[in-house]
Amino acid sequence: MIWSWHNILSLSRTDSILAALLRLCALLSAAIVILILLFLISESWPVLQHVPLSRFISDASWHPAQGLYNIAPMLGATLLSSLGAVLLATPLGIASALFCHYYAPTALAIWHRRTIALLAGIPSVVYGFWGLTTLAPLIGRLHPPGVSLLTGIVVLTMMILPTVALTVDAALAGVPAAYLRGAAALGLTRWSMINGVVLPAARSGIASGIMLAAVRAIGETMAILMVAGNVVQYPDSLFASVRTLTANIALEMAYAMGDHRAALFVTGLALLAMVLLLVGFAEFFKQDAAHV
Amino acid sequence: MSKDFLATVMIWLTALLISGFFLYLLTDMLIHGLDRLSWAYLLDAPLDAGRSGGIAPIVTATAILVLIAIIVAAPLGLATAVLLTEFTRQKSHFGRFVERSLDVLASVPSIIFGLFGNAFFCLFLGLGFSLLSGGLTLACMALPILIRSAVEGLRSAPDEYRLAAAALGMTRGAALLHLLLPTAAPALAAGLMLGIGRAGAETAALIFTSGYVDRMPESWFDSGRALSVHIYDLAMNVPGGDASAHAAALVLVLLLFTINSIAMGLTRRWQRGRIHSL
Amino acid sequence: MKKLVTLVLLLVIVGATWLFIPKKAEQASNKPGMERLVLTGSSTVAPLAAEIGRRFEALHSNVRVDVQTGGSSRGINDVRSGLADIGMASRALKENESGLFSFTIATDGIGMIVNRANPVTALDRQQIIDIYTGKITDWQAVGGNADPITVVNKAEGHSTLELFLHHFDLQNSAVKAHVIIGDNQQGIKTVAGNPDAIGYVSIGSAEYEAQHDAAIKLLPLDGVAASVENVQNGAFPLARPLNLVTRSEPAGIIKAFIEFARSRQVDDLVMAQYFVPVAH
Repeated sequence: MIWSWHNILSLSRTDSILAALLRLCALLSAAIVILILLFLISESWPVLQHVPLSRFISDASWHPAQGLYNIAPMLGATLLSSLGAVLLATPLGIASALFCHYYAPTALAIWHRRTIALLAGIPSVVYGFWGLTTLAPLIGRLHPPGVSLLTGIVVLTMMILPTVALTVDAALAGVPAAYLRGAAALGLTRWSMINGVVLPAARSGIASGIMLAAVRAIGETMAILMVAGNVVQYPDSLFASVRTLTANIALEMAYAMGDHRAALFVTGLALLAMVLLLVGFAEFFKQDAAHV
Repeated sequence: MSKDFLATVMIWLTALLISGFFLYLLTDMLIHGLDRLSWAYLLDAPLDAGRSGGIAPIVTATAILVLIAIIVAAPLGLATAVLLTEFTRQKSHFGRFVERSLDVLASVPSIIFGLFGNAFFCLFLGLGFSLLSGGLTLACMALPILIRSAVEGLRSAPDEYRLAAAALGMTRGAALLHLLLPTAAPALAAGLMLGIGRAGAETAALIFTSGYVDRMPESWFDSGRALSVHIYDLAMNVPGGDASAHAAALVLVLLLFTINSIAMGLTRRWQRGRIHSL
Repeated sequence: MKKLVTLVLLLVIVGATWLFIPKKAEQASNKPGMERLVLTGSSTVAPLAAEIGRRFEALHSNVRVDVQTGGSSRGINDVRSGLADIGMASRALKENESGLFSFTIATDGIGMIVNRANPVTALDRQQIIDIYTGKITDWQAVGGNADPITVVNKAEGHSTLELFLHHFDLQNSAVKAHVIIGDNQQGIKTVAGNPDAIGYVSIGSAEYEAQHDAAIKLLPLDGVAASVENVQNGAFPLARPLNLVTRSEPAGIIKAFIEFARSRQVDDLVMAQYFVPVAH
């Protein structure tokens, strides 16, 4: 890291060849994201050429076979399900991280951390399968059909909980020990110390953890496809079935052609835009926090 | 009741809830999955849309997919990480551009990778529904994970190594090969495992790239069904497929647990090593 | 300048991969002695085609038959673009699809299904229309239990959806569904798992799954029982041909496969899927 291009330790011949090779590889890695964007746009171009963007939120409904391309209800469903999951997972995840740091005996904390890490590794299709076979019938007894916004939110919560817990855990580890000693010296109770000192000190880490979880929730496909029912509509209750942007692509892609297929790529663009907006927001937040 | 006490109770309850859920999920999977699980299940081909028979071709296809992904992504990722840590200043435009675009890549949803893989590998490059298309799509997905862990590993190698190597007149390539990469090896291995775990768990990116065919793949241009896609298909599209889906889910989760545990163990070893060397 | 170099490099890399890989793909499929048939399309035809393919492979050891589902229109499109050798369509060709060659391998119908636990045994045309447009929302109104109806509809792009809508003279935007599904099997699974659900699927798939313990039953349509016999004798009102589609006059291995799929040798496979074999 102390090396640089204009250092007295200048590169030997073999090193400059190596550097050029590495540069090529890095360029290729960096180009992927651009390539993705390029292909999404070029594949959605056929429909964008004769359907103005505004129609994707103003059409009467999503019926690509009839030339109607309203994706607004799916945008809404994505936002609602992710928001619900983030609202549920945030307190649970923070509590779990606090447990590891300030409540559990060391041995228990280690086991708890491992449990969370393993939960994070369970594939989304398994969560979806569990939701479909166990959770949906349960909720269906409450209010049919069982596959619904609520089922989606619960399954998403399970899935993003480890993300929140692990990032908050890392953020808490970064709180300087001097703060804790200071709080202890003031005779604060454990909760006052957490509430007054630890959480404010770790807030940018916690915020970025929540952002990360939100990105995961928005992009989640298989689990939500399996448990949310996939009807394109604005939900009138928690028990209504909804279709998210991701589920729309997964459900119809295999059967789509022509404008329909292009419209699904537009759905993909909308999804990507949402995620990038959130990432940009998180980045901004991080820089903002760095100034404080 | 004091606030402090209330908070303690709530936090213990939450921890209990999470561990309880984990245990429940695991026992649920074991109870339902062990019924169908046997050597024959692992070694046979699926019959009757997966309701009976085994998962041998599916496990094979999954292994090939992950292998292709890692073979492509690992060298590319390592080279990018080396460039970022050893050959560019952190503030340089190029380095920042690469890092920024990798951050964005890491947050791209898997279904978008599926769309991209379908448009680029299957259609544009003409690979069709094949293990190669699926593996390359997975490689794009695993790349940011591999790079991030490799960068972390290399950055934590002490600068003294670099100075000493320079003082001895070693080329940077030699220093890298003999000093820095061995030092960072556990981190690299942990990242590799994480990448494998991510690739093995993926479903959405594969349904439009590697396809549904549940037969033994004969070449990497054949379409093949990944284990996660198999679970999805059995759960959604096959009436009476739940028992087989449970067994397949158990196999997948056990595989991923093993891989993730290895990754965690490697990370721990690496961190302990770092403390000793300080 | 730097940007230009970057751009050129990028183009070279993309170009190189593009030139390199397709060649390899062609070589692989042209491996001496090995031929591959790719079939894509209708999820109704796919299980049958896969079975026929398996038997065909047993007779021709140098052929590999790959079957991918993707809907009838997709199958036809894939044949046009050359992505597939043979398309599968669970409907007749449309007017704008002329120029293609289609070969019927079996006949199938579309039937209404409900959960086996549902006491309702018949619905008339108007009742079905009312249920699907949200005018009837409770089973009680059609003589069943006092439970809200779960309407299962198909996702866009399926010919089963098109034929269903056409038969009942409905617009898809008028349908008030509670669950949207993709394949036939997914519809059967949804109805089998929900005692208050109603859906419509291929009769062949429904009978096959009902014989394999899926908790569903077929309802008569316009007073005609949804059975293989009634599809065979032409009494069932919502019948359709299952077709294989090719871009040009079939020749070589494609011709051999289509002739095999239409021959007596596969009648048992067709009947095992509860479809009606073609007259020989």
